[in-house]
Amino acid sequence: MRYLPLTDADRRQMLERVGAGSIDELFRDVPEAARLGGPIEGLPMHAPEMAVERHLTALAAKNVPAGSVPFFLGCGAYKHHVPASVDHLIQRGEFLTAYTPYQPEIAQGTLQVLFEFQSQVARLTGCEVANASMYDGSTACWEAIGMARRITRRKKAVISSGLHPHYVAVCNTMARFTGDTLVTGTPELTAATDLEQLVGQIDGETSAVVVQYPDILGRIADLTPLAAAAHAKGALLIAVVTEPVALGLIKSPGEMGADIVVGEGQSIGVGLQFGGPYVGLFACREKHIRQMPGRIAGETVDAEGKRGFVLTLSTREQHIRREKATSNICTNSGLCALAFSIHLTLLGETGLRRLAELNHARAVQVAERLGALPGVRLVNDSLFNEFTVELPVEARPAVHRMVERNVLGGVSLGRLYPGSAALANGLVVAVTETVTDEDIDALEGALKEVVA
Amino acid sequence: MTINQSGWKPAAPVQGPGDTGTVTGNRALMLEEPLIFELDGADTTGVDFVAAPKVASRLGGLERAERIGLPGLSEPETVRHYTRLSRQNYGIDLGLFPLGSCTMKHNPRLNEKMARLPGFADVHPLQPRETVQGALEVMNELAFWLIDLTGMHGVAMSPKAGAHGELCGLLCIRAALEARGDAREVVLVPESAHGTNPATAAFCGYRVENIPATDAGRVDLEALKARLGPDVAAVMITNPNTCGLFEPQMKEISDAVHAAGGFVYCDGANFNAIVGKVRPGDLGVDAMHINLHKTFSTPHGGGGPGSGPVVLSEALSPFGPLPYTARTADGVVHLVEEEQADEFAEEHFGGKLQSFGRMTAFHGQMGMFTRALTYILSHGADGLKQVAEDAVLNANYVLRSLEDVLDAPFAHSGPCMHEALFSDKGFADGFSTLDLAKALIDEGFHPMTMYFPLVVHGAMLVEPTETESKAALDQFIAALRSVAERARAGDEALKSAPVYAPRRRLDETLAARKPIVAFRTPAPDANKVSGLNEVGGQ
Repeated sequence: MRYLPLTDADRRQMLERVGAGSIDELFRDVPEAARLGGPIEGLPMHAPEMAVERHLTALAAKNVPAGSVPFFLGCGAYKHHVPASVDHLIQRGEFLTAYTPYQPEIAQGTLQVLFEFQSQVARLTGCEVANASMYDGSTACWEAIGMARRITRRKKAVISSGLHPHYVAVCNTMARFTGDTLVTGTPELTAATDLEQLVGQIDGETSAVVVQYPDILGRIADLTPLAAAAHAKGALLIAVVTEPVALGLIKSPGEMGADIVVGEGQSIGVGLQFGGPYVGLFACREKHIRQMPGRIAGETVDAEGKRGFVLTLSTREQHIRREKATSNICTNSGLCALAFSIHLTLLGETGLRRLAELNHARAVQVAERLGALPGVRLVNDSLFNEFTVELPVEARPAVHRMVERNVLGGVSLGRLYPGSAALANGLVVAVTETVTDEDIDALEGALKEVVA
Repeated sequence: MTINQSGWKPAAPVQGPGDTGTVTGNRALMLEEPLIFELDGADTTGVDFVAAPKVASRLGGLERAERIGLPGLSEPETVRHYTRLSRQNYGIDLGLFPLGSCTMKHNPRLNEKMARLPGFADVHPLQPRETVQGALEVMNELAFWLIDLTGMHGVAMSPKAGAHGELCGLLCIRAALEARGDAREVVLVPESAHGTNPATAAFCGYRVENIPATDAGRVDLEALKARLGPDVAAVMITNPNTCGLFEPQMKEISDAVHAAGGFVYCDGANFNAIVGKVRPGDLGVDAMHINLHKTFSTPHGGGGPGSGPVVLSEALSPFGPLPYTARTADGVVHLVEEEQADEFAEEHFGGKLQSFGRMTAFHGQMGMFTRALTYILSHGADGLKQVAEDAVLNANYVLRSLEDVLDAPFAHSGPCMHEALFSDKGFADGFSTLDLAKALIDEGFHPMTMYFPLVVHGAMLVEPTETESKAALDQFIAALRSVAERARAGDEALKSAPVYAPRRRLDETLAARKPIVAFRTPAPDANKVSGLNEVGGQ
């Protein structure tokens, strides 16, 4: 077995040192009745690398990779080009095979990366501080609601209907057990978001208002009035960003008054990966740092006065505080945070802006072309790289009919909001820098056919 | 760009053991590296784009007016920055990484290669099902083997890491209790448990109480039985436990908990010791998370990502989270989401599913599933059994090779499982586990887990794993023996260890007292280096 270095001679010698006659003696605490006699049933015996590779490659071939067809899916996960050097660097064994940096003297690489990541995330979101990552955007969103509860000592969160329905579902799951009240709604296919209505729903019991920016339909709204309204009632504003590339071009939520900004960092450096692993972004005002969940890297000095980095403020965390911790999170998304940070370093301010401009310009072109098709209505006035169109037919079957034409044409709102007749004809289309002119022609042609 | 902005002053007099006497602060292959914010050329970018077509902007009047303040580097600078930083890290690729309870084993590169196949890596979670059959098959196949290896009834694949898996298990338990109208408030957790156990129980609204342990480092069954009652929702047990010992009375514990109407959660962090040897399902466990990043060797990546599928008993399976995969008789693998859940359960499972809901946006850590499946198929039934046997043999070899110089509090009670536990008893006055650990760094090893479990004074938990050769173990044992002897003898030099690492001991108190957790652009007058920090700060 290629991954096991011990030889039978080693094993015999070692058993002798241990003073055991057989391996089974070492398992003597396992009740006889529960011990398995031989190799577990059902599973085949060990296999050479080539055989395993053949099996997995055959499975992979049954999927349609996003890069192989005209591709327009978004809604919380976006296809962007990731420079080759990102994946090369994250595969350096010293990054890939390191543990959580509990021994800082020999983990300065990871710790400095996390410090840089936190600094990048803080600036991008317009906040003062950020943590070293969460699992993904949806779990970060729930953690933000929990954090707002601890800060305000209130248990009612008002959630915009523009928040990704899967994020809402995650929050509903948790709220059922924690006793938080969540005020939620379903979006409408209008150019305006629900921010004005939200203002009316904030009261003296509200811990936080949660709003996605840009929202699930791709719309962008100024958060400033909402922040003011929340703050007037002593509530916090939580902004959720599922497409951080947008922040290269539009104002950051922090700039508009958000107290906590969480997000999904998948767009930058991570790739689609069928939903995971992704990287949750979590940023907030400095005054709330001690209520933040998750690991935080901080700057310090070593015994000789040299700058170095450590995990800090760990009295918030489960390994110190146990049941009084701010969260139960332990393992986070370190390697994805590294990928995010490398990609963002390669882009820099200039590259991120160009990338965002390219995404936006492409999306506007496609939105206008699709909106001009007979029977198709463009819902958005505002958009970044994603928008919603209302089709004259149900969008869900239309998506499958586009697959038959070799086009992955978008996400139907029927998939995200099953049972909502008002949204059934909605199709959310994302357009990134990876889309070519030919891809756009193919989408336009396929959509025209399936709505005809 | 000038040399050495990384914090120490090359102009300062050269003295002390850590000084290099070089103007750069570098020591040959050990290279100091500034922050990206200190390297930034302000407008530099390492990515080329085609020009954006001209369109009328539709950003709702929210165009950014201010700079963000993001540093940019060209590709060569980027590659060098991260390569240099990587060299300040210890990883399993470099040497033995005996962190107890963390299972730092070799990460096979075939797993990396498979996870990067475009058919897995470049697939969107909301793609129509007919375009992701292979991905769903991977999930379903892995789920099948996890159930097989644990002897359980079902598995929830979506939890993102171990603690998220614990949350999943406890939510299942809570949902099952609520379904029978049974509100219970308490979760019992041994003192030796991982911090995530009590944190998770509290996270989903339970009150946490401790379970006492016996002198032999096991759960005190009689004390547990005495505490069980109608208010106890669940007992969380780690088996093998965090002292590296198997709980021989696991079945009796389960039976007692079940008789009192509660459920048994097993923390599966230490499954590596028993994979292929015993099935938790045969010991009465109701829910157990499996850290794919431990037992099934998906890389730890400096702290994540993990993946924590939860295997469930028949009683808990109906309450697991959405979405889940299921293969029907026609060979099609379904992704069952909110919409079809009731219908699907009605049709295929002869009853309504009572899922507690969704716990993450999408389907879980697909990239980890691919790696774990590759790992399982590579090892096979015989290989996985050998994994557990070699892991346990290696740990016992370390235990028996060092018990004369290091106090092993439970060694009298028999063999350990996959990890050997030592204490600081016998060290000279004023010498601690920390001193020993830092001295191990100078010997070229990552230290063991320190000060955990909490039930042993100055605990040192050593988990060598099965992927260490005898030669590697012998060298580690020699190093640990040497530093243990120095700690017993009171060798003052230990106090200044590590000497040869990229940094000496770091001031953690300072970091927490005055937290600096993001780069701040220095004020212009304090910034002596021209050409830097031109970007806007906050």
